[in-house]
Amino acid sequence: MQGRKIFKGRVVGEALVTGEDISFYGGCDPETGEIVEKGHNLEGKSISGKILVFPSGKGSTVGSYVLYALKRAEKAPLAIVNRIMDPIVAVGCIISEIPAVDEIEIEKIKTGQRIEVDADNGVVTPIE
Amino acid sequence: MVLQLAPEEKKMLNGEYGKAAQKSMEIIIALGEIYGAKRLIPVSSVQIAGVSYDNLGEAGLEYLSEMAEDGQTRVLTTLNPAGMDMVEWKKHGISRDFAKNQQRVVDAFERMGVVTTCTCTPYLIGNLPHYGEHIAWAESSAVCFANSVIGAYTNREGGPSALAAALTGVTAEYGFHLDENRVAQVKYEIQAELKGTNDFGLLGQVIGNRTGKAIPYITGVKKVTTEELKSFSASIATYGGIAIFHMEGITPNRTTVPEKTEVVTKKDLRRAKTELDDDEAEIDFISVGCPHASIKEIAEIANMLKGKTVAEGKTVWITTAKPTKDLAIKMGYYDQIEQAGAYLVADACCAVAPLKGRFKGLMTDSAKACFYARGKNKFKTEIRTVEECIREALS
Repeated sequence: MQGRKIFKGRVVGEALVTGEDISFYGGCDPETGEIVEKGHNLEGKSISGKILVFPSGKGSTVGSYVLYALKRAEKAPLAIVNRIMDPIVAVGCIISEIPAVDEIEIEKIKTGQRIEVDADNGVVTPIE
Repeated sequence: MVLQLAPEEKKMLNGEYGKAAQKSMEIIIALGEIYGAKRLIPVSSVQIAGVSYDNLGEAGLEYLSEMAEDGQTRVLTTLNPAGMDMVEWKKHGISRDFAKNQQRVVDAFERMGVVTTCTCTPYLIGNLPHYGEHIAWAESSAVCFANSVIGAYTNREGGPSALAAALTGVTAEYGFHLDENRVAQVKYEIQAELKGTNDFGLLGQVIGNRTGKAIPYITGVKKVTTEELKSFSASIATYGGIAIFHMEGITPNRTTVPEKTEVVTKKDLRRAKTELDDDEAEIDFISVGCPHASIKEIAEIANMLKGKTVAEGKTVWITTAKPTKDLAIKMGYYDQIEQAGAYLVADACCAVAPLKGRFKGLMTDSAKACFYARGKNKFKTEIRTVEECIREALS
């Protein structure tokens, strides 16, 4: 799948997919990487070490700093794949150096699937 | 890449001006590409948000410290409110730990050459762009004031992107930097007499809730003060996410007048007030100065408090910028306020200070302050005129 590079990097890992937008500020524990937003369909799941696939970001601009905190705590997602990246998540990925791609048809990716994110070229490829 | 870079900008991107400038350029270019900018443009002024340690946390502070290793501002840059009065924090009940960390945040900004006066009204204390000037401001109320009342050009920046503009002197040309995105979309006819910062806050709430992101063209406001426009800007940005409005006969931007018309009546304002007045709010906290109070507002409040005493069990914060507080000290207003038992708090405000759990109910003239008091601090709220707020403090 061809998308658009937001921040460089190339990784292979397991996808964690949600059809709901994510607010990192207030919605994700900056120390553990657990989604804590009440009623979110990833509530209680950890995004740490996963290729996190979701439509777009929402919420406060402080969200960028939460991604940075996760990176510092070694709890950040391996990469982020979005349908449309919002500026808060984009800035978060850039300051935390998390590979990120958007303009991807995210409904074609399933949780647990192994995928490769080649952010340098904006390409996402299912491996199995 | 669609975005064209000038030679100097390429140098920054390649790291020739250090790591902080490089990282900043990456942020600006990424945002420019997401929003389809064709070029970068110079900015002459920056306002940074994300200053209170209560919001930033240790990770945010680490990021700032890293940027401060070799980052230097290229244009006039000021800061949003911090979580405390940087001098008198102790008597306001701020913990030593918090104070230490808040100081580390401000120190990091200072190392980068930021003018570390902490206020949401930079335009009142010397960071004042002129009509048509391109700037990069965070702080939604100041963004709205700058675009609408002054006629400068800015997007709603976040903390890191505003800092990036400060360290490079540029921003990407998209959104509210382009005239075509500043045109009015819905006309609002105001059929009510408005008076005071609280009335204009309520108007911002009514229009903000109705308009969402559609740019309003407001008619029927005959007379308005700078303080009322500051309150209106804060409220409409909080409740609607609005970055620019037009007010007939008052704001300077050119626009076509939209056909689609909405009417705002006295009844709408009353309903908005009812929404912000919680049942059984037990008021133990009174705060005026969201956005930060002007010297004129402080003078009026000092006059109301002169020779009086704040009632037991009530805490009063009048929040303002440090330079305004210094002026209030010189004029004797500070003594009048503090001798009555109220506090004139610089640098901070009731929305960003670590106040969760300290009070039960807030009375304020600010619709924006009500929003954050409820959401962030879990206080009950009542919105009143400044006079009524002070009367409540004394009773």
